[in-house]
Amino acid sequence: MLHLLLFLVFGFACVAGAVNLLVQRHPINSALSLVLVMGSLAGEYLLLGAEFVAAIQVIVYAGAIMVLFVFVIMLLNAGEEERTPGSRVALVLGLPGMLIGSVLVAWLLLDRSPTRAVAAGALKGDPQTIGWLLFHNYLLPFEVTSILVLIAIMGAVVLASQPRMDASTKKEG
Amino acid sequence: MSITQFILVSVVKIVLATGALLTAVAYTVWLERKVVGHIQNRWGPTRVGPFGLLQPLADGLKFIFKEDLTPPHVYKPLYIAAPVIALICALTSIALIPVGGWVHVAGLSTPLEITEVNIGLLVILGLASLGVYGVALAGWSSNSKYSLLGGLRASAQMVSYEIALGLSLVGVLILAGSFNLREIVDAQSGTFWGFIPRWNIFRCPPQIVGFLVYLTAAYAETNRIPFDLPEAETELVAGYHTEYSSMKFAMFFMAEYANMITVACLASLLFLGGWHGPVAGPAIVQAVLPVFWFGLRVFAFLFLYIWIRGTLPRFRYDQLMAFGWKFLLPVATANLIITALIVALRS
Repeated sequence: MLHLLLFLVFGFACVAGAVNLLVQRHPINSALSLVLVMGSLAGEYLLLGAEFVAAIQVIVYAGAIMVLFVFVIMLLNAGEEERTPGSRVALVLGLPGMLIGSVLVAWLLLDRSPTRAVAAGALKGDPQTIGWLLFHNYLLPFEVTSILVLIAIMGAVVLASQPRMDASTKKEG
Repeated sequence: MSITQFILVSVVKIVLATGALLTAVAYTVWLERKVVGHIQNRWGPTRVGPFGLLQPLADGLKFIFKEDLTPPHVYKPLYIAAPVIALICALTSIALIPVGGWVHVAGLSTPLEITEVNIGLLVILGLASLGVYGVALAGWSSNSKYSLLGGLRASAQMVSYEIALGLSLVGVLILAGSFNLREIVDAQSGTFWGFIPRWNIFRCPPQIVGFLVYLTAAYAETNRIPFDLPEAETELVAGYHTEYSSMKFAMFFMAEYANMITVACLASLLFLGGWHGPVAGPAIVQAVLPVFWFGLRVFAFLFLYIWIRGTLPRFRYDQLMAFGWKFLLPVATANLIITALIVALRS
């Protein structure tokens, strides 16, 4: 009973945060709504018995990635979103499109997917199980992902250091 | 334990722990003023009560009765939310910190912490990482250049040092094999050769490097000297809380000191054997002594904080970033790899 109640509360907070993310016109409010979405998702994971995933969700997404989002918004001092005729078209086409999309996804997941529902807490979510899965069953995908992230970091470093290199070569020339 | 007993015990523990934390926060401020005063050949507070001991009370009253100014140019919802976020994240951590073993009173037995969580350490790290929002949003919503620069510095600094902080703790986690703070402390009980305690900084592989990296990164996380650039008064007036007054300012202040206490508690639990120490005498003394040993360690760390504040100058911003990324992070990674190798080869 308490489980169901909490599930509904977190689920409602999650959806409300997502809707607010789109409705808000100032980027920092949108970013904070996304933090709410991440936080309530962590709550849902916790209810499913995946305490480790929930903690990592908060530390990585809410605590690190979203802080960088907020940081960039603060650094650029991004202003309010401006509404153009294009955004009206996006609204008219986007809402029905989103409805069709979500119905499709829900139908696929509920009716066509080979995975079946299990009781809450039936799957183990402790660090040991997750570590075992990551470093045995899914070792190759895990390593490939880390190389992908490494390439992304190198790309970011190259992009960030480009102007300074130009300036220094100009000075020497 | 029935549900009423459970609620009763929990409420008692919450009241005790929160009261102890808030008192500790108030008296850490007093201790800081006193110790820094003596370091600088001054007396510190002396007027209110003996040795100025009632000074925190006077300060608290002053904060409550001061006029609460809200500058007209701020973004109000976030300006008000920021100190609340900072204080909530700082105070909630105490719920997960064990201060001693189990107590058995009148047929009830309960651990000396508000709640025992299997991933307690991760939850504390998560709360600490959310605390950044308080500082960052305060800087942004104040709509002032000093505050914004302070907020930007704080968020960049905290995100950078969080990585070294997290990595420095993994060595301890490998040794203990658990995220549960109580199990981590229990793994450190006993002695080597009868006199060296089995604390994590003395165990094989010793976590002394991890300990030093943790302490340094934690000082940066709590915005303390020599890493207090977010509130560097020589350049930024007061950094992110420039535009705050009265109780809202006090909330940031309390959050900072509560975070210092959390850092001190974690250092004692993870590296210095928590509440382990010589225990003797009658049963009541045996129950209280571990809490006393734990408090002694926490006090030592708080004193170290203040001592360092009275000793070191502030880093320059580029030095701070270079130190975090080019020195602390590689050292923490090396410590992790060596610890993992030794543990793997031994088993």
